[in-house]
Amino acid sequence: MRVWRFGDDIDTDAIIPGRFLTINDPAELAKHAFEGTNDAFAREVSPGDVIVAGRNFGCGSSREHAPLALKGAGIGMVIAKSFARIFYRNSINVGLLPVICPDADFIGENDSIVPNLAAGYLEASGRQLPIEPVPEFLKKIIDAGGLVSYANQLHGEDICTR
Amino acid sequence: MAKTIVEKIFSEQCGRNISAGDVVMAPVSGAMLHDITGPLAIDKFYEMGGDRVFDPAKVIMMFDHQAPADSLDAAENQKKMRIFAKEQGIYNYDIKEGVCHQVTMEKGRVSPGDIVVGGDSHTCTYGAAGAFATGIGSTDLGFVLRFGCLYFRVPETIRAEVSGRFSDLVGPKDLILKMTGDIGADGATYRAIEFCGETIERMGMAGRMTCCNMAIEMGAKAGLVPPDAVTRRWCEEYTSCTWKEFVSDPGATYHSTRSFDVSDLVPQVAVPHNVDHVVDVTAVAGTPVDQVFIGSCTNGRYEDLAEAAQVLKYRSFSNDVRVLVIPASRTEYLKALRAGIIERFVEAGALVEAPCCGPCMGGSFGLIAAGEVSFATSNRNFRGRQGSTSGEVYLGSPATATATAITGKITDPREVA
Ligand code: SF4
Repeated sequence: MRVWRFGDDIDTDAIIPGRFLTINDPAELAKHAFEGTNDAFAREVSPGDVIVAGRNFGCGSSREHAPLALKGAGIGMVIAKSFARIFYRNSINVGLLPVICPDADFIGENDSIVPNLAAGYLEASGRQLPIEPVPEFLKKIIDAGGLVSYANQLHGEDICTR
Repeated sequence: MAKTIVEKIFSEQCGRNISAGDVVMAPVSGAMLHDITGPLAIDKFYEMGGDRVFDPAKVIMMFDHQAPADSLDAAENQKKMRIFAKEQGIYNYDIKEGVCHQVTMEKGRVSPGDIVVGGDSHTCTYGAAGAFATGIGSTDLGFVLRFGCLYFRVPETIRAEVSGRFSDLVGPKDLILKMTGDIGADGATYRAIEFCGETIERMGMAGRMTCCNMAIEMGAKAGLVPPDAVTRRWCEEYTSCTWKEFVSDPGATYHSTRSFDVSDLVPQVAVPHNVDHVVDVTAVAGTPVDQVFIGSCTNGRYEDLAEAAQVLKYRSFSNDVRVLVIPASRTEYLKALRAGIIERFVEAGALVEAPCCGPCMGGSFGLIAAGEVSFATSNRNFRGRQGSTSGEVYLGSPATATATAITGKITDPREVA
């Protein structure tokens, strides 16, 4: 597992540039993730790698292609000090786990990271770093593995009045 | 209990008493799909067992990001959406009307008090009509198409009170850039911004749309202007718009209040590569540029083109600059055409393109090469946003863009006017 470090305000144009948005397949999108701003990423990323970033990760465009590209690259989890709203929601919807960890700076390049969502912390090479709890309604979507499976678990058309 | 506009809208739409912080499943009055995020939303609709969309009359569809289709992939995506629209009985504006947000507004698809979602982050533009409008991803949009509702966490509101009169050649774009610089790119995350005060009250719909459009650049979920006489006149132009007066109650609870005075405001410029990196134009004046883009959902309306023409007068654009003028919609294009403004741009050496997003998001034509500099009236200057990741994008008003296009260097419009 490798930790990919990014700074503050990483926008979704950087994660997947506009010219690749005609692609909808996560594996194909992954080939262009961070193209032009971090070319090593697409070349070297491997399944189970983790992104650790600063504030406002995923700001800008609502393109779901951004979390999809990361998921297609095998990224298991994105840890950031904070997330832009639409990216956070999109990640959960497509089954990529976003983790808000104000102390993300303490995570080292070679740390192995184990999340303990229920207890509210990340374990990074023996240290426990607190994480922000996921809102209840989003937890259900995470547990289902994304919004599509969640929606498919709901029966009946009364969903809008729940 | 005293409520903000946002709390009132959610209470009305959900039929119960709702306050900021509540998580609700709310019905939506409109769902907008365009050619970039729409195809994926359609896939998700089917993956969620969709057969018929919740209400075809509430679905708004058009193609603007890669329009007319600029690649085979774009053509296939649009074809897929056209077929979907036909099968579902959705009216499709296709490629002929212009940029999604402008079209949604000018076709009267938004009314005060509505909850509208769109597969585009700048959906917040419709807050100018007093609606709660927010950008969502394709899976959420597929869910909306299927069920007609969506989970929302009702946001707290930041009250942005604006006072003072703009001086000449300073306007709404300068104000919203200034605000973005002050509040920061994540300063309003998870909040709504309510724009109010005498300056906003005097502002027309075009300027209000410019302000609400950029609420997302501060991370906001929505930007809103309380509906008033200006909104009402606008609403009356459209038979499909239903007038409802939703304004915040006196004593409503706000997250915070920010005050801005535009009396001494000078033209503002966002410098590469962050929208909240904002300076007075004088700080970057003289920077040579290779391309100027006047257009987008932020500043491609008639009022913006007229502001540009006011600076241009009978001059020509610099021979060292490629000037792209792209009206935000067919309606705005026609207005400018009839006023003789389009003719002026063409005479001056601009390339006037049919209404679409153009180079705004770097996914179609008009890209900049490595090392090149673009000055644009759009809303984002992220690295690579308009082409090469080694290029640079500056953002400003139509007046500043025009002055810059005349001299070939970033120029204070008050100096050439
Ligand atoms: S003009 Fe630019 S910001 Fe507006 S919808 Fe098109 S690409 Fe997005």
